[in-house]
Amino acid sequence: MEPNGNKVLELSEAVRSLVNPGAHMSLGGFTLNRNPMAAIHEVIRQGIGDLHLYVHSNGVGLDELIGAGLISRLEIAYGGVGKATPTCIRFKKAVQNNEIQFEDYSNFMMTLRFLAGSLGVPFLPTISGLGTDIVEKWGFSPEFRRSESKIPDQKLVVMGNPFGDWAGASKVLLVPAVNPDVTLIHVQQADSVGNCRIEGLTFVDLEQAKASREVIVTCEELVDTAELRKTPERNQLAMFHVSAVCHVPHGAYPTACYRHYDYDPKYLQDYDRAAKNDNLYRQYQQQYIHSVFSHSEFLDLVGRDRLRVVQADPRTGYAVNMKRD
Amino acid sequence: MSGRKEYSSQEIMTITAAREIKDGDIVFCGTGISMLAATAAKRINAPQSVIFFETGAIDSWLEELPLSVSDPRIEYLAASSSGLVEAFATMQNPKTGSKVVAILGAAQIDKYGNLNTTSIGDYFSPRIRFPGSGGGCDVASFVPRGIVFMQHNKRKFVNKLDYLTSPGQLGGRGGRRAAGLRPGGLSVVVTNLGVLRFDPGGEMFLDGYYPGVTPEMILGHMEFGVDVSRAVEVDPPTQEELTILRDQCDPERLILT
Repeated sequence: MEPNGNKVLELSEAVRSLVNPGAHMSLGGFTLNRNPMAAIHEVIRQGIGDLHLYVHSNGVGLDELIGAGLISRLEIAYGGVGKATPTCIRFKKAVQNNEIQFEDYSNFMMTLRFLAGSLGVPFLPTISGLGTDIVEKWGFSPEFRRSESKIPDQKLVVMGNPFGDWAGASKVLLVPAVNPDVTLIHVQQADSVGNCRIEGLTFVDLEQAKASREVIVTCEELVDTAELRKTPERNQLAMFHVSAVCHVPHGAYPTACYRHYDYDPKYLQDYDRAAKNDNLYRQYQQQYIHSVFSHSEFLDLVGRDRLRVVQADPRTGYAVNMKRD
Repeated sequence: MSGRKEYSSQEIMTITAAREIKDGDIVFCGTGISMLAATAAKRINAPQSVIFFETGAIDSWLEELPLSVSDPRIEYLAASSSGLVEAFATMQNPKTGSKVVAILGAAQIDKYGNLNTTSIGDYFSPRIRFPGSGGGCDVASFVPRGIVFMQHNKRKFVNKLDYLTSPGQLGGRGGRRAAGLRPGGLSVVVTNLGVLRFDPGGEMFLDGYYPGVTPEMILGHMEFGVDVSRAVEVDPPTQEELTILRDQCDPERLILT
């Protein structure tokens, strides 16, 4: 595709063409902020399974994919939503019931892995985690690793500092690069060719996107290229990293999107209740994902009054005094 | 003062932890009560401390209490807003890394202050799965000082962790250095009963107990024994501390119950 070619697609079409069964996929956002929820729901609607998922800290998006039975393997640092759900419930159940293969890392290790992937280097060093079980316990066996060309033969490698004790480190932990087949991110603004503007915290979205072969961007606002190019210093991701641009307002709901809307504590609490019970959970995914055709229909079902409750206040970027207990 | 306690155990924990934070400290904040302690320190005893989050916000004011480290409330009036690469740089570079104080919680802790936030039981087939490291392992690996919040009971203060997620003193004296970590790490444990610290050999000892609690009671809530000979009673929170905590730090009662 031409770097400055038009990449605007319907979300359903983008997911159909870019997320394949068995794909290695990563999710942007962080716990309850800017999870690419619309794209995740579309993956679930299309039932694209046997996915190998990479996340650092993710919340409800991760949990819904696991709950839908689409994740076979998971590399993760943290699965939780904060106060309402300290540990993601379907993630917890799937691990406790041996339903997925999983492997633990730290947030910084996953960050470095995406960064290494974005830079095209095989690994990056850190001192984080030396002496811990994150180094000792491998979720994927050496045999499986050797048989699967998309993951490295070793989880992590500890070695002496090849520069002596330079920078005060005697040893380093090497973390291998991740280059996902596809990454899903949600941003505040994008243009038709894929230039992206994230307002506020970027988390690891930029490294994840640059490490990934294909990137599906959902955006709150689809804006003119000329407009974005007036202040290029505010655009963090250039068009050639992006495969598809999908205009999906409230595409991160029920997680937050800074300066647009807050997370929805009521939705997350209701989700929590449904996730604890297998029957309720099936009903929940049937009602909120499978019975609707688009994110817009999902939002209609949730009720536009909820969107008014979570609407961001222009002064703070979040919903001031929203009921959150 | 009447015989009835005028503060909850959550409140004395929060204030006790807040007192550990000094002006000039850069406070790495997790979720829940650790966020409240950092906010309390900033508003009570360490106005020149800086709160930052692994998600990338620095010097957040926290007009409303965030419920997660990715809550958009951490962005309001922050000095800078970036991403995880930048946040982990704050924890490690020579200029700021030495001033960072971590505040963490855990499911299990051992006598060397190592933490488990991953799972109970066999790792591959756990009885209970928790969220995992997040940035906990990283910050515990990097920082010179840190505060751990724990509920005091035998299931949490254990002889052997089911999974070592975040390094404390590892195997004891010299453990961090042998593994390749810098000295330091988590330095104080604040519980619902008292305060524990680590001696030069890396082992936990009881430093303080709250009014109404005895060292013997505390030992009864731990699987392993600790030296209690140095323990003194902790000063209870003052009326002023409690007022600021309740009215300014958590008026919505999101953490305080």
